[in-house]
Parts: sequence; structure tokens; C-alpha cells
Amino acid sequence: MSLFSPSAAVPVVPAERSPGYWSLVLRRLSRDKVAMIAFVVILALVLMAIFAPYIAPADPYKSSMLRRLRPIGTPGYPLGADELGRDMLSRLIHGARLSLMMGILPVFIAFGIGSVIGVAAGYIGGRFNALTMRTVDVFYAFPSVLLAIALSGALGAGIFSGLLSLTIVFIPPIARIAESVTTQVRKIDYVEAARASGASGFTIVRVHVLGNVLGPIFVYATSLISVSMILASGLSFLGLGVKPPEPEWGLMLNTLRNAIYVQPWVAALPGLMIFITSIAFNLLSDGLRSAMDIKA
Amino acid sequence: MTEALMTHETAGEAPSADRPLLQVRGIVKHFPLKGGLFGRSTGTVRAVDGISFDVRKGETLGIVGESGCGKSTTARLLVDLITPDDGEIVFDGRKLGRDLTLTELRRNVQMVFQDSYASLNPRLTLEDSIAFAPAVHGMTDADARRLARELLFKVGLEPKRFAGRYPHEISGGQRQRVNIARALALSPKVVILDEAVSALDKSVEAQVLNLLMDLKAELDLTYVFISHDLNVVRFMSDRVMVMYLGEVAEIGPVDAIYAKPAHPYSRALLASMPSMDPDSRTEAVVLTGDPPNPIDPPSGCRFHTRCGFAEAVCSREKPLLHARAAQGHSAACHVGGVDTGHTLSELPA
Ligand SMILES: Nc1ncnc2c1ncn2[C@@H]1O[C@H](COP(=O)(O)OP(=O)(O)OP(=O)(O)O)[C@@H](O)[C@H]1O
Ligand code: SF4
Ligand SMILES: [Mg+2]
Repeated sequence: MSLFSPSAAVPVVPAERSPGYWSLVLRRLSRDKVAMIAFVVILALVLMAIFAPYIAPADPYKSSMLRRLRPIGTPGYPLGADELGRDMLSRLIHGARLSLMMGILPVFIAFGIGSVIGVAAGYIGGRFNALTMRTVDVFYAFPSVLLAIALSGALGAGIFSGLLSLTIVFIPPIARIAESVTTQVRKIDYVEAARASGASGFTIVRVHVLGNVLGPIFVYATSLISVSMILASGLSFLGLGVKPPEPEWGLMLNTLRNAIYVQPWVAALPGLMIFITSIAFNLLSDGLRSAMDIKA
Repeated sequence: MTEALMTHETAGEAPSADRPLLQVRGIVKHFPLKGGLFGRSTGTVRAVDGISFDVRKGETLGIVGESGCGKSTTARLLVDLITPDDGEIVFDGRKLGRDLTLTELRRNVQMVFQDSYASLNPRLTLEDSIAFAPAVHGMTDADARRLARELLFKVGLEPKRFAGRYPHEISGGQRQRVNIARALALSPKVVILDEAVSALDKSVEAQVLNLLMDLKAELDLTYVFISHDLNVVRFMSDRVMVMYLGEVAEIGPVDAIYAKPAHPYSRALLASMPSMDPDSRTEAVVLTGDPPNPIDPPSGCRFHTRCGFAEAVCSREKPLLHARAAQGHSAACHVGGVDTGHTLSELPA
């Protein structure tokens, strides 16, 4: 946050320090029960993804023609078996890896790129802004589902093309939010005062603009994680994105769809995971939004 | 005797030779009004329309006028926060863009804004806000920080208590002190105060005004003091400039203008001022209605639509600023001018 690196040894009497903005935000967030539950759920999912090989009771790829579509509670198959007789529990645990990655990574990269585009357009303004934002609007005009399908259709199936097309889908909305908050901040007197002090545009953005715009942009971005997960699942479902036999919740939903009349509960499990995860990200995002809204 | 008088005269005038510290020559700023399809320009706001004035070293020049007459635009033009469409700014004999760089201008001319809260970055500590400008101009972080604490002390805020605080934790008066400290961090020669005390409570306002007076004496500063409060302007200023619709109506020594305004607009403005002394309140001339639209200002004298002394010549010909009885006093009104075609040669009492 500070303009000065903490390593700069200052031979000045230490002054009383107030807690900074972000420590206040974290303190408020930690008092928000719903957000904390969501946070614990997400943490659990992330840990599950990281340690999947150690937690999963069986090999998620090992199929068995004899044990196809077993119900929940079958001995050795606590959550049943899928259409190829693979252990559902192990596949769900391993599925968290790809599903979380497809949910988080595109949003994360789009947050970086979209912020750069939006902040630059908002701060520079004028013709540059008009040109940049009209270009962004062209992409924004497409419904995100169609754009994701079209892009990944063009790029071909696969994890990488799925990630890339989702990233491209999320850059325009993030750039638009970034542009609008930056345009607001740019007009505030402290930015004027910084300009009057002779600082370069780059320094002003670094010290005075980013600290006031990245928070709101980030909150918006976190609300897109659930959308990204659902879109990623949709791509897998359509045969774009992740390919079999990789465990991924959207793809699992797809391959189990014929079993919906035979083992409806087993077939619904991947959907339940997607549902829980996206709800958790949305609740945490809402909590963060209200925690950041500190009235002076 | 005469010699003593003369030295006194020159000392009171301009200490550094006769050259004014800041000269403004015919600056113009028109804002295009965007509207309609594709943001086409549908007109222009003539916010500042060719004004010239000098700011002498060590003086306080007050600027008054109704809301929207272009005071803030003038202030922002002085520090080049907005670039003039025309005209020039000369600091200490050097013209901006010729032998004066923007960086040099900004080191020497700083500004304090009206809104004390909006002027401070809410994410920076007070110390970091003050230290920002010196650090930008090449001071080491440690030195900038030390300077920030000295400045906090100078504006009456205990550094140990305030350096690490955030803007929302302190009062409006304290915030404005921080803004003053921030403006002083580059050791400027001129400080522009745009309604810097207008948002404060009366008692706090008085304290901050006193602080400004003390700092001016201590640091040898020159002020441009913008306010709509005519009492405060009188208290602070050596000279006053009255603006009307982007133009200078009258400029001169504060005593001359407050005692005998030469422009009907200044007279009306002063008459509407709440007087400290109830006996001297006049009922005579009061400004009625809002000023006309700066998008399409009246022809000739822009004040003629509201002036009680307007004659045919007023809507036809623009009155130029010309000298009045008192030294350095001039006004832009056909009354009292030479051969202007106006029937009055002096404003009636
Ligand atoms: N950025 C801008 N774009 C368009 N018009 C502007 C802009 N800034 C100022 N104006 C217009 O220029 C005119 C002068 O504005 P300015 O802020 O200089 O007035 P002011 O004398 O400071 O008024 P106040 O006493 O209300 O602060 C007004 O009509 C205002 O609407
Ligand atoms: S020039 Fe005419 S209209 Fe303008 S102030 Fe003087 S008398 Fe009034
Ligand atoms: Mg103003």
C-alpha cells in the first residue's frame, strides 16, 4: 500500500499507526458468519484438490465393467460408481482439481489483463478510452455462453483452449468495471493534487489509483468465478474443453446424463459439487463486498 | 520626507524589482459541451474568457465572484491542471512552455482544494500523502518522511499522533491542515487556495486562516485566495479581483474596492454581503436572479442584463479594464471611462 518500502530504515520516532484499510476489511470479513462458512468450504475444496491423490480412496481412472452404475453406499464405493464402474468419490475428489482451475484461473488472468486495459483507458481517457472501450464492447455484446462456445469451438477441444476461451470471455466485463471505477477515481481531488505535484501518470496510477480501484475490481472478479466454473462445465458437457477420461465435474455430468433414470443420485453428484462451489464463491464475494464498504 | 515616503512606497509595492511573481496574460479556457450522437460538440462553456492579472511577490490576491464565474477554472489553469486554449502564464519572468518547464511551475505553484476529504487519498497515511510529492521530485524516502513530519508539526499537528493516521480518522479542520502541509512540501513560492476554508465551521475556519497568515509570514509565501466569503477575502487579501462570467470585472487594492467599488457588479456583490456592522447595511443595489449562461454570454458588457446603469452602449461594446482613482485600481465598465459613450461619468452614490 505504502509508497515507501518498509526496508527504508527511517531514523524518525515511530508514530502511532492506525490499522490500514485492508486489515479493517479482513477484521470485518472475519465477523461475517456466512462469508466465513463460505471461506471454510472453499478452503476445504482447495485442500481437497491439492491433496487429491492422498485423500481419494481409489484410482479415479480404474474402470470395472462389472461394477457400472452402483448406487451410493455400495461397499467399496461410498458414493457409488459411474457408467464405467469408476469410484465416484475418488473421481469427485480428483475432479476438484480441473474444475477449480477452470473456475479460478481464467478469472485470475482476466483480472490482470482486464484491469490493465480498464485502468489505462479510464486514466488516459479521451480518444484512447473511446477506442479501447468500443473494442471491448464488441466482445461484450456477445452473450458469454455463446462467446465461450464459439471460441473454444474454433480453438478445438482441450484444457488449454478451454482456459484461453474463458479468459477471453471474462476480459471485457472486468475491463468495463475497471474503466468505470478508474474514471470515477481519476476525477477525485487527490488525483488532481498528485498531478499538480508533478508526478508522472505512471506514478499516480501506482500510488493513488490502483489502491483505490483494485479492491472493487477484485470483488467483481471473484463473483465471476462461479460463472467461469459453470461455463467450463458447460464446455466439457458439450465436448469442448476437458476431454474424457479426465475427471472434471462438468464432463462427469455429461457422461452420466444417460444414467439419470438408473442412478439419479449418483448422476446428480457432480452437479451438486458445482452448485456448492459456485455458491460458496458468490457468498464470499458478497461478504468481501460488504466488508470493503467502510463508511468514513 | 519625500525620500522616506518613496522608499515606503516602493517597499509596499513589489519587493523584487517591479516584476510580478506570477503573470497571467489573456488566458482562455472553453469547455466543449459534449452531447448528442457520437459525442459531438453542441456548444462551448466559456469558463475563462481572456483574463490577465499579476500576482506580486508576498501579497495575497483575493478572487471573488458568483458561483460558476470561473474562479476554480482560473486556479486550475494557474497550475496547468487544465491547459489553456490561449494565453500565457509567466512565473518569475519565465514563460511556461518557453523557458519554464511544467515541473518547475509545479514546484513553485501549489494548490489547496476545497474538499478536505476528497483531497487526500483514503488509502495512504497522512505522512505518506505529504511525503508523496517530495519523493516524486527525487528526495529519498527517509528524508521525505522526515520532511512530512516537520510539516505536520508546522501546521499544528503532533507528528507522533498524526503521521500514521488515515484521513477518515481526523476532523475536517485537521484534514485541511494536512492538505496545506502537503501543498507546502515542495517549498512552493505561490499557494493557490481554492475555497480552502469554505467548508469549515466558523471557529475552525478562523484557526486555519490564522495558520495560513503565520505560514505566509514564516515561509515568505504568496497567496491566491479564492472564496465566496467577502468578509474572509477582506481579512486575508491585499488586492482583490472580481470576476464575472469568465472575465475580470474589477481589480485593485482591497481597501479601495471595498470602500468605493468602481464596477456596478462589485458594488452589488458587496452590498449583498452580510455586514459586521448593522448600521452600515445598505438596501440600495441587490443582485437579482442568476448570472446568465456562460455558454452564450450577453454581448458587450456581460453584466448589462442585470446592471441598473446599463445603456445602449453597454450591450454594444465590451468595456475594457481601465485605471481608476486609486493606485493599481481598474475596472471594466463604461461608467467613468474616457469617451465611452455612456452618459454617466461616475456611479451615483
Ligand atoms: N471540466 C468542465 N467541463 C465543462 N464545463 C466546466 C468544467 N469545469 C468547469 N466548467 C464550467 O465552467 C464554468 C466555471 O466553472 P468554475 O468551477 O471555474 O466556477 P467557480 O467560479 O469556481 O464556481 P464555484 O464558486 O461554484 O466553485 C461553470 O459554468 C462550469 O459549469
Ligand atoms: S458597462 Fe454598462 S452594463 Fe456594464 S457594468 Fe458598466 S454600466 Fe453596467
Ligand atoms: Mg470553484
